[in-house]
This record gives sequence, structure tokens and C-alpha cells, in this order.
Amino acid sequence: MKNEKPIVIQFSQVAFSYGSDPVLEHVNFHIHQGEFIALVGPNGAGKSTILKLLLALEQPGKGTIHVLGKTAREGRARLGYVPQHADYDKTFPISVYEVIRMGRLQPTKRNWTHLDELAVQRAMKQVEIQDLARRPYGALSGGQRRRVLVARALAAEPEILILDEPTANMDVESEERLFSTLGQLKGRTTILIVTHDTEFVSALTDRVLCIGERTGSEKRAHRLVQHRAAPAEHAPPELFGGAALQVLHDEVEPEDSCCIDTKPSKTGAPS
Amino acid sequence: MSSFFSALSNPAFPFLQNALIASLLASILFGILGSVVTVKRIAGLAGAISHAVLGGIGMALFLSSTGIVPFITPMTGAILFAILSALIIGLVSLKAKQREDTVINAIWAIGMSLGVLFLAKTPGYRDPTSYLFGNILLVSREDLILLAILDAVVLILVWRFYPQLEASAFDEEFARVRGVPTNTVFFIILGITAIAVVLLQTFVGIVMVIAMLTLPAGTAGYLAKNLAGMMIASWIFSSIFSFLGLALSWHYDLPSGAVVVVLSGAVFLAVSALRMVIVGYQKKKGLAS
Repeated sequence: MKNEKPIVIQFSQVAFSYGSDPVLEHVNFHIHQGEFIALVGPNGAGKSTILKLLLALEQPGKGTIHVLGKTAREGRARLGYVPQHADYDKTFPISVYEVIRMGRLQPTKRNWTHLDELAVQRAMKQVEIQDLARRPYGALSGGQRRRVLVARALAAEPEILILDEPTANMDVESEERLFSTLGQLKGRTTILIVTHDTEFVSALTDRVLCIGERTGSEKRAHRLVQHRAAPAEHAPPELFGGAALQVLHDEVEPEDSCCIDTKPSKTGAPS
Repeated sequence: MSSFFSALSNPAFPFLQNALIASLLASILFGILGSVVTVKRIAGLAGAISHAVLGGIGMALFLSSTGIVPFITPMTGAILFAILSALIIGLVSLKAKQREDTVINAIWAIGMSLGVLFLAKTPGYRDPTSYLFGNILLVSREDLILLAILDAVVLILVWRFYPQLEASAFDEEFARVRGVPTNTVFFIILGITAIAVVLLQTFVGIVMVIAMLTLPAGTAGYLAKNLAGMMIASWIFSSIFSFLGLALSWHYDLPSGAVVVVLSGAVFLAVSALRMVIVGYQKKKGLAS
């Protein structure tokens, strides 16, 4: 199927290195509006680096990055970011409501309008955490905290939602609730999930971007390829908040496969 | 204690009124700036800056008494060293995080050693005790004015940029993604802390100023529901400790700074212990049910 929707994230020939250590090379991919994308790869493959580049926390050594037609720095205001936030200060005095308010944070202003309040209330409803609003953030379970961070990202009313390892240390109930929230958002909001599980992804996933293959003369930098995913009958659904897909690592799809017309093959399966 | 109150109204002891005003003005910084230092987890940085200040004081005393730079005051030298060490620590913290501990300790030690060396070569005997441990009874009217100005600056900045401050302390990466200039926020906090340390050392001394920037805030952190509540509770605690400490030290003829720190520390430890007992009891109850 040709995707006619506009491109919201585009990496073109991106390379990045920490000092003399090359991390990424020739990274090319793009994401269309409304797509649900999984970015998978083992630990240390460069997933976090791609995230940092996308969020303009790091600058690429080579190549260009466009977010919503602008540079990453200009475009990131319309991104919703759900970090892992694993090393937070448990004694920090803050309520769930105040964490979610942070989603409406502006660079230097301090005004708070009726519209901001509405967005916060709507975000709490979307992830079903209204009953936790007054609780101290540090008193929540890991899964509840992650949902609060999703609400914080949604409070910004983002066009693209980016989740970094959203299911790490999460209980089954929180995971189901998270994927039901993401299922409702699918199609309206572009979603990018970053995960180290390279075998299975949520059944909501449209495309899988896999990072990890080494490239270059000394094979030190990583590049990114696109894989197809097929329904996995044996994957335990409780691990993926619902049905899962298996990533087919043997099949590499061309970078622009979503933008070219594909005709059904003789067997009826899409090529 | 009644002798303290009668002494306060006694025109023969004008310095005691100054001391009381100074302790209340200092409490605003201990409470509000202390909460920021605590939640930003930069107490170690502030400790290094405060100890480096002795180098500046020693240098100024040496330069003025030897006539090399006759007009330099200990306060000028202190501010110079405080700002310089804050700049170095800030840059290292941002650019070479892995070296932060080493640099903090180096600045801490070098600053103090330079102070000792300068004082040793300063003509006439200079007792470093009042700088190390403070002497609030020596607070001048100019000190009070400077403290009041810094209080006003801190109150205005914290009120105006509260959302950015809260976010950059809670989740700096997220704040940066939302466009908050987190590095600028960090340097402004470090700079203000550096100046505050110099002004506050007249009260509790450079050795103990860091205790007053963390203990009342730490106690308040246990009780408060949010950062603003922590600041207000910490301000109230600091005022009570400072006032009580001053009165007790007057009554029993003790160094005021040390009494204030001991009071703050004792209350912090007591509240921490009480909290551990309560949390332990709740866990036990939770397991039993």
C-alpha cells in the first residue's frame, strides 16, 4: 500500500559519533503522519542516540533531520516525549497532577490558561489516571509512573508521540492500559516506540525499523534497516499488552517501500 | 531566654538587633535557595564553592595588609573566588561530568589551602575562626542591605521562573526538550549560590553554610507535597532554628552559628529517624494484612 500521508520525521544520510567513536552511519528513514512505528535494536546499538538526535539533544555529524518539515530543534515543540526516567529522585516532593502540568511547560513563560488546564484534564482521562492526580509521584508503582509520563507527554497535545522503552519494569495491567491508550491514539497521532525487544512488537505496529547492523570499513558504526513483521501466534499476549507481531529479521524492505505502489503477488500476500 | 529579649530592646546592644535581622534575612536564603540546591542535588558543588571562599578571603587580607592592593576587602576576595569556582565547577559539570567529583574536591581543598597559605604570610595575626565558623554579632548594616537585596532577587526569580525551575530539577532532559534553557538555569543557580554563600558565611561561617542550605530543606522535603511547599516549610524551619539558635547562644554564651547548625541537624536526624520508623511500620502492616 502506498502511504500518501505527509512525512513527519525524516532522517537523511545521518551519521553521528561520540568523539572518535562512530555510533551511526548512513541512517535513512522516514515516518508518515499517523503511522505506528517500532524502532528496535539490542542495547548499545544506537537507539538512544537516534532519540537524542530526534529531540535535538544531540546534533548529527553528517546528514539532515527534519521533524514536521522543520529542523529537529524547531519541530520538537510539537513532539510528546515519554522518557524512561529511571534514575529520578524518589524524595522529590511533587504530585501526579504537577508532573502532568509539566507537559504544558513553555521555555520561559509562567502563565497558565483555561486551555492548559483542559489539556491536562484530557490527558489524565486518556491514560485513566484521574484518581491518582493528588497522589505523590514517588509513591506510585513503576507502571503507574510510566502512565503519568505518557499523560505528561499527551498534555502537550503532540502530533508525534515518542516512547522510550515504555514497557520496561511494567506490570501486566499497566501495560494493557498503556497499549489500549496507544490503540485509541493510533491513526490520529504518529507514534514511535523505541524498544530493545528485537523479536516481537505490539500488533499495533505498522512498520519495524531495526538498528544494529554494523557498517563501515572497521564495522564500528551502526546502520538502520526496515523489516516486515508478521502475526506471532505463539507470543504470550500478556507481554505485549495484547496481540504481538514477530519481526522477520531475514526480510529487509527497501527504505521507500511505504512510498511505492506494491501489487499483490500471485499468492495474494503483499510483496 | 528573657535576658535575650531584654537585650534585644537594650540600646547598649545594637549589634544584637542587627544579628536578629541578619538571621531572619538569611533564613529566606536557607529556606528557598536551600530547597533549590537540595532538589537540584548540587549540595556538593555548593560545598566546594563555600570552602574555596577562604582562599579569596585570605588573598584579600594578604593583598590589603601588605599594601599591594590596599583597598581590597575580604568580601571582594570572597566573591571573586566564589564566582570563579562556581564557573569552573559549572563548566566541568556540563562538559566533563565524569570528572566532576575530582574537580569539586580539588577546588574545595585548593581554596582552603590557599586561604591558609595567604593568612600565614599576612602581617600580624589573623584568626581564621570567625570566617570558618562565622560571627553574626559582627554583621554590619551593609551586610544587611546586601542580604536583603539577594533575598529579593531570589524571591523574584523563583516566583517568575518556578515552572522552569521545578521541571529542570525534576527531569532536566524533558525540560530541555520543552525548550527550557536548562544550562542557563543551572549557571544562574550556581552563581546565586556562590554569592549567597559569601553573604551567609558571616552568620554560620564557610564550613557550616552548606549545612544550613541542606538541613532545613531536607527536613521540609519530608513533609512537603511539592517544591513550593518545601520552600515555604524550609523557610519557616530556618527562621525558627536561626531565632532559637541566636537566643540560646546569647543566653548560654555559645557561638551562634554552631548552635543554629546543631539545632537544624538534630531536627533533621530526628525527623529522618521518625520517618524510617513510620515507613517500616507501614510496610510491616502491609505485609501482615
